Amino acid sequence: MTVMPEIEIEVREGVDRETIETVNAMAGKYKYGWETEIEMEFAPKGVNEDIVRLISAKNEEPEWMLEWRLTAYQRWVEMEEPDWAMLDYPKIDYQDIYYYASPKSMEVKPKSLDEVDPKLLATYAKLGIPLQEQMLLAGVEGADEPRRVAVDAVFDSVSLGTTFQAELMKAGVIFCSISEALREHPELVRKYIGSVVPQSDNYFATLNSAVFSDGSFVYIPPGTRCPMELSTYFRINAENTGQFERTLIICDKGAYVSYLEGCTAPKRDTNQLHAAVVEIVIMEDAEVKYSTVQNWYPGDENGVGGIYNFVTKRADCRGDRAKVMWTQVETGSAITWKYPSCILRGDDSQGEFYSIAIANNAQQADTGTKMIHLGKRTKSRIVSKGISAGRAQNTYRGLVSMHPKAKESRNYTQCDSLLIGDKCGAHTVPYIEVKNNSSRVEHEATTSKVDDDQLFYCRSRGMDEEEAVALVVNGFVKDVLQTLPMEFAMEAQALVAISLEGSVG
Amino acid sequence: MAQLQAKQDALTARLAGLTAPKGGFSHDARQAAFARLAQMGLPGRRDEYWRYTDPAMLNAVAPLEADTLRVEVPIFEGKDKLRLVFEDGVFDAAASDDMAMAGIEISLLSQADAQDLHWAKALYGTLEAAGQTPVARPFASLNTAVAHEGLLIRVTGKAPRPIHISYRQKSSTSDAILHHCIKVEAGADLTVLETGISGARSNVVMEADIAAGGKLHHIRPQGRSHGKQLVTHIFARLAAESLFKSFTLSMNGRMTRNEAVIEFTGDDAQAHVAGAAVGDGAFHHDDTVFITHDALRCESRQVFKKVLKNGAVGVFQGKILVKAGAQKTDGYQISQALMLDDDSQFLAKPELEIYADDVVCSHGSTSGAIDEAALFYLRSRGVPMRTAQSLLVLAFLAEAIAEIEDQDLAEDIRARMEDWLSRHQGK
Repeated sequence: MTVMPEIEIEVREGVDRETIETVNAMAGKYKYGWETEIEMEFAPKGVNEDIVRLISAKNEEPEWMLEWRLTAYQRWVEMEEPDWAMLDYPKIDYQDIYYYASPKSMEVKPKSLDEVDPKLLATYAKLGIPLQEQMLLAGVEGADEPRRVAVDAVFDSVSLGTTFQAELMKAGVIFCSISEALREHPELVRKYIGSVVPQSDNYFATLNSAVFSDGSFVYIPPGTRCPMELSTYFRINAENTGQFERTLIICDKGAYVSYLEGCTAPKRDTNQLHAAVVEIVIMEDAEVKYSTVQNWYPGDENGVGGIYNFVTKRADCRGDRAKVMWTQVETGSAITWKYPSCILRGDDSQGEFYSIAIANNAQQADTGTKMIHLGKRTKSRIVSKGISAGRAQNTYRGLVSMHPKAKESRNYTQCDSLLIGDKCGAHTVPYIEVKNNSSRVEHEATTSKVDDDQLFYCRSRGMDEEEAVALVVNGFVKDVLQTLPMEFAMEAQALVAISLEGSVG
Repeated sequence: MAQLQAKQDALTARLAGLTAPKGGFSHDARQAAFARLAQMGLPGRRDEYWRYTDPAMLNAVAPLEADTLRVEVPIFEGKDKLRLVFEDGVFDAAASDDMAMAGIEISLLSQADAQDLHWAKALYGTLEAAGQTPVARPFASLNTAVAHEGLLIRVTGKAPRPIHISYRQKSSTSDAILHHCIKVEAGADLTVLETGISGARSNVVMEADIAAGGKLHHIRPQGRSHGKQLVTHIFARLAAESLFKSFTLSMNGRMTRNEAVIEFTGDDAQAHVAGAAVGDGAFHHDDTVFITHDALRCESRQVFKKVLKNGAVGVFQGKILVKAGAQKTDGYQISQALMLDDDSQFLAKPELEIYADDVVCSHGSTSGAIDEAALFYLRSRGVPMRTAQSLLVLAFLAEAIAEIEDQDLAEDIRARMEDWLSRHQGK
């Protein structure tokens, strides 16, 4: 990738200058850009059937899983990389990537987190992720009732371990890495894997189906409210390595779970590929809340380095009155290609999508959702807030589809874009397909810059410019922040502040 | 590859049945259009731009037979206008008025094209060619390449009367291809009325170049035939402080694709494109609009309303592209569908692509049935069911009709709509 020359951004009003300077000052301030020095074991570079076999063998998978992977690989070879997204990046050389990288110390699988290499544990401590069960998430100490979060920590291609497993098991909840699930609960995995995102769903999902190395598995039994929040933390560490994780969540009848996902990577000059798949199955009366704070390394201010994030996430509301809620805060990655979707199959099922996507410097994001209404009286709601700064391009792409049988269904979509500076772009590409008349679909989108009247009002009340911008931007994303679980909301708010406002916030 | 081959094969088949005039002043433009066509072929079902509309009927070598209406009810009769009549795509001099009008130069493409020099040389095919990026519009290039007839209109002052392009269809198998060029010179002002159906199948292109301070009003009721297959393109280029307002009324029609491609090249200009479409049964109607803002402080509005019943399909693809530097752009887009029963479909892709920060752009899209509460209210006030429904449908369409500035013309459109409603009530 070539280094972009510094572009002078034309500014007409003082407040823009302030904001742009703050934004520029932020470049290079990625907090999680350090690297853990540790001895790694790599599979040979590139992807082929042998690599697929190797990954399957490493995870000690049953034969059917290998067959499944190989079928996916054969499909993938025949597929073409999609180019419809408003993303511009050099061609990815899929043979120049390591598909499997695992710390040497993980060769013999540790029985518990206590046996894990302290260097690895230190990595998570430094990231602020509590892997000791007595530890609490930062920011909630002193709360009346301490809230606990179970964590599955994924480091490059392997899961290091999962906390609170025993306690969760008491409630019947299975929370482990997908490789462990394939060993311990193969029947459950076999029943559901690929049932929401089929093997050859799209180019990146198909590649993932062939080479996914680890990820998380969750099963919540009928009528169970998961006693604590579950969380997976993804860390890419090794160079030239792709991360391909697969998450499978099954929420049985009447159950509830809130699941959090976080991700970071070291600062590097080369781009790294991340192609994940998340499948969620939701039965009758069950509810899943899935929150993501995506903070992969975004590349530097000239667009050098950063993660290419191509992710397929889909929830299938199979039963009546099932409910899913996606919340995402997308601040990282050089390229984001991500459309968490809801299949509203059960009658009266509900899907919600709340998104904040911030693209700064040379970042490009093409993200949105799909709401497929199949059942009667299904409801969906989309609130998307996109912020573009620097030379970034930020696209909302979404589909709302009302099938002929989805009588009396309802959708409300709101997509707002905010532009900071005159070198960036904000785009909206919604698809609306309505095939019955008892359903109502409403779509609204606006694009504007930080509102002068609002700023003036804040300034006239004695705020300085930075405070005023911070307040306006926070107001802009508030609807989405409110839907996050508390710990994440705090992290996300800090992240929004850091991505755009520097010291302000 | 196979896809492109199929598209080029479709083109070869289509061109086989057509003869292209050699062209005088238009010769180079026609050759360039053929070259573009050879590159892109005719559209296929898998083209993103044809996602919701199957181009098969437009690609077909011959049109589907379309019954001719015994009487195409005249419209705008009370208006003093200069009428120019085309029957099945052929100019009907006997039925037309004398072309002479103060401040306006009108010629027929077929006659003017005998000359090598003509003012339209700079316009014919130019806006169409520019409109091919970023999205290909093969039917417009096809039109440029092979159109035999059309009007070349140049207006230098305020036109005393509207020009009325009146289409008539007498043959149930006619395949009309017409290409109009309109040049509105600085400060000039013209109203163009386009009425009726030019053939069983028609392909009409209008290129409008509006110079600084010029005004062009365009009102187009597209005729009532159920069998018609129609593809139209308006390419408009707006210079500083100019204005373009276009309103289309579509009633019935097996397949209609109306494209409008508008580009602002001068500051402080305004463009409004509006459409009201009503369809019952075998009706596929597609409004595709692409507006490019490449100047300061321009205003664009897109207002599209569709009333659908008995399996009618309404499509809207609208895009506002604001280029870098097009500051203070005001872009607005609304697309709405009222579905009178459960069999109809509304498919929309309202897009924004914005590269300038100091802009206000918004779009809205809704679809649904008639508001039960409003219906109940009207009925509780003693309004009969049918009247109440008609009132609400007309109210729904009002925002689009409001885009017509001339109140007499708007009134005629409204009357036409009421007439349609009265004939299409009940199942």
